Parts: sequence; structure tokens; C-alpha cells
Amino acid sequence: AAPLQAKPGPYKLDEKLTPKEAVTTYNNFYEFGVNKSDPAQNSGDFKPTPWAVAVEGLVNKPKTFGLEELMKMQLEERTYRMRCVEGWSMVIPWIGFPLKALLDQVEPQGSAKYVAFETIVRPSEMPGQSGFLQPLSWPYIEGLRLDEAAHPLTILAVGLYGETLPNQNGAPIRLVVPWKYGFKSIKSIVKIKLVDKQPDTTWKNANAKEYGFYSNVNPAVDHPRWSQATEQRIGEGSGLFPDRRPTLPFNGYAEEVASLYAGMDLKANY
Amino acid sequence: MTGGLGFNPVKGLEHLLGIWALRFLIAALVVTPLRDLTGINWFRYRRALGLLGFYYVLFHFTVYVVLDLRLDIHAVWADIVRRPYITIGMACLILLLPLAATSNGWSIRSLGPRWNTLHKLSYIILAGAVLHFVLARKSLTLEPATYIAIAAVLLGYRIVRKPLQKWRRPKRHNQPVRQT
Repeated sequence: AAPLQAKPGPYKLDEKLTPKEAVTTYNNFYEFGVNKSDPAQNSGDFKPTPWAVAVEGLVNKPKTFGLEELMKMQLEERTYRMRCVEGWSMVIPWIGFPLKALLDQVEPQGSAKYVAFETIVRPSEMPGQSGFLQPLSWPYIEGLRLDEAAHPLTILAVGLYGETLPNQNGAPIRLVVPWKYGFKSIKSIVKIKLVDKQPDTTWKNANAKEYGFYSNVNPAVDHPRWSQATEQRIGEGSGLFPDRRPTLPFNGYAEEVASLYAGMDLKANY
Repeated sequence: MTGGLGFNPVKGLEHLLGIWALRFLIAALVVTPLRDLTGINWFRYRRALGLLGFYYVLFHFTVYVVLDLRLDIHAVWADIVRRPYITIGMACLILLLPLAATSNGWSIRSLGPRWNTLHKLSYIILAGAVLHFVLARKSLTLEPATYIAIAAVLLGYRIVRKPLQKWRRPKRHNQPVRQT
């Protein structure tokens, strides 16, 4: 990871940052293996450059953005909470730009209602994508409603902790949607497509009873196999008595995003 | 600081104790087929292996209740009632109690053949333990699949054991007859 400068953006957060070592060694990135330590250990051969992201579908100006061009966007540092669906959380200083800035360039058409995302498939560099009994089907796909994608909190991140993204964190470019469970924030993106119907998403395809399309952080709706009422803040507390705190609705971003879901039954639309 | 358990030491310890509990339970059930099929006799270690399995299950449960859920008994009860993989795990721990309690010479002598019948519970416990492990995972990968395969072989062996021995025994007795 190379040094990367960015001015502080909006959304200040008065919480202690999760140590960089934890942010870069405790990861879920099944393309590199299913254990938390696998992504840091197995991503050494992954080449995040050269890179390009195709933005297409229901847009007036489809375009493939080279990484150099994306790095020239108005980069900001955004410190966000990250809540994993498994019940742990971090506070991470990302560097990136609002997804809306990219969408504005391609001009979504009136019929575009959703945004579909796709991760690269490169089994020769991503050991989790080859071998016997794959945990998921590739490519990893995710999706947002267009208004969620255009929300000012939603960013495409190209760095963290003042550096370009390490491979294990989704180099060279990933989504960060801080009010949703971490798996929505798809990594190593190669394709963004504007569509009119709710797109398929990897974890919903794998187990629709446990992972929904919305996946907003919600302490009132349990995962079928565990409670979502509390979370463990990685790196806080001590040793065998780590910090366990209540989980906040929309991961603490209710003020900004709750209105997006006005009138929706969030128990049914988990 | 976290002694190699990573940045989530409680989960690390919980999973480590759980997987070793499963490994010891498997090891205890390997003893019989190993002797039957290869003649290697580890019967003197079987009680220790079974008891180690029990202790690891007990520690695994203790870490879950004390360190993970912080003695929140309501949360523990809600988990046991509502989450099938935890229900199964809890059932396995309860089924292990009579086996651990009768793992002494006096019990073996006084229970006689009933001891063998009682300890056949270990087959149900192994099946439950593997199910608990597999259902706790987010996806079926090579590791849980390997444990399913091992458990299937060990439990399947118990079904074919009697017919297999009937088939092997006459052969063994026939050989000396042919030589004379």
C-alpha cells in the first residue's frame, strides 16, 4: 500500500479508531479463504493494478473508468463504523469519494432503480476462488437501491489509514455503505450496472433466510442463528474481556438514512 | 496480548476448544475400528480420549456462557431455545454427562453389559457434534465436509461391524484347517 493523501470529509466520528493491524488482518474476503486471517495471508499475489471499472446499464453515458482516473476524484477521509453481520465491529478511517460523483458522470436514466456491483474473478491470484467445495459462487455480486447508492454516506473507497487499500481490504476499489452489514460493501469492484429490477446478491443467493437484500444494521431483527442486539468492538477492552456494546439502529446512522425506509417493514425487508 | 487467538480472542478460544472437543470425540470412536481392522490396540487410551472430549466441550460451553455472552442467562436460554445448532450442541453436552460420570472402573463393573449400551450414546453425540459444527458455519467448505465424512465413516462402521466380523472370522479359522 502506497501513501495516499485526502482532506477530512464530513461525518466526524468521536470514537476510537480500530488499530490498523486489526483492520488489515481480521477480514472476511472469501475470495482469499474463509478464515479471518486468510485474506491477509493469501492475497500477496493479487495484482490491483492495472485496473478498470465498467459502469454500464441504464445510463446515458456508459464508461469504463481506469484506476488512475478514479484516484483523481475528489478524495476525502471518512471515518465510519463497520458492523459485520457476524456480531463484531470496527471504526475505520477510509479514503474515498461519494459513489454519487461517479453515477453523475454516467447519467442514470429515469428507468434505473437499482445499482448492481460485481467483484473480479481471478482464481490464479485469489486462492479462495479455486479448489474443491467453493463456499460461494463467483463473481461476488451485490446491489443497492439507487437512492441508497446516491446517498452522501455511500462511498467508493480507494484507501484506509492514509494509504491505498491493502489487497485484503478490497484493493484497489471497494464500496463502503456504513449503515448496512459489512458484506454489502463489496470489494475489488470491476463492474457497476444500473438496472430496473432488484439485482441478485451473493449472500441472499446462498441463504435467503439469513441474508436479505437490504441488510440494514438492525438490533431488533436477529440473524436466525444469533442475536444482533450487541456487538463486539474489535481491539477494544482487554484480552478475554473485549468490549461488547449495544448495536445501534442503522449502525448509528439513523438520523441520515432512516428516512430512506419510511413506511417499510424492516422485519420483512431485512 | 491475545496469545495467537487473533483480534477476536473470545471467538478464537471458543472455536479452538470446540474443534478440539470434536477431534477428541472422533479419536475416542476411532479406537475400535483401528483395533478391528489393523490390530493396533489403543483401548487403554479410549477413556482418556473420551474424557478429554468431554472437558473440551465443557470449556467450550463455559467460554460461550462466561466470556462470549457475559453470563447473560436470558441470552443463553434464548439461544438454546431458538437456534437449532445451539440446541443440538447443548443436547450433546447433556448426553455427555452420564458418559463422563460412568467413566470409572466401579461404574463399568457394576453396570456390566448396560455400560456398553449406555456408552452407545457416544454415536449420537458424535453425529450431533458434527451437525453443531456444520450448522454454525456460514457455508459448507472443505473443512466441515471433511468432518462429516469422518463421522459418516466412523458411524457407518458400527452398522457394518457385526456382518463384517462374521464374514472375516470363518476365513481366519479356515486357514489352519487347510494347512493340516
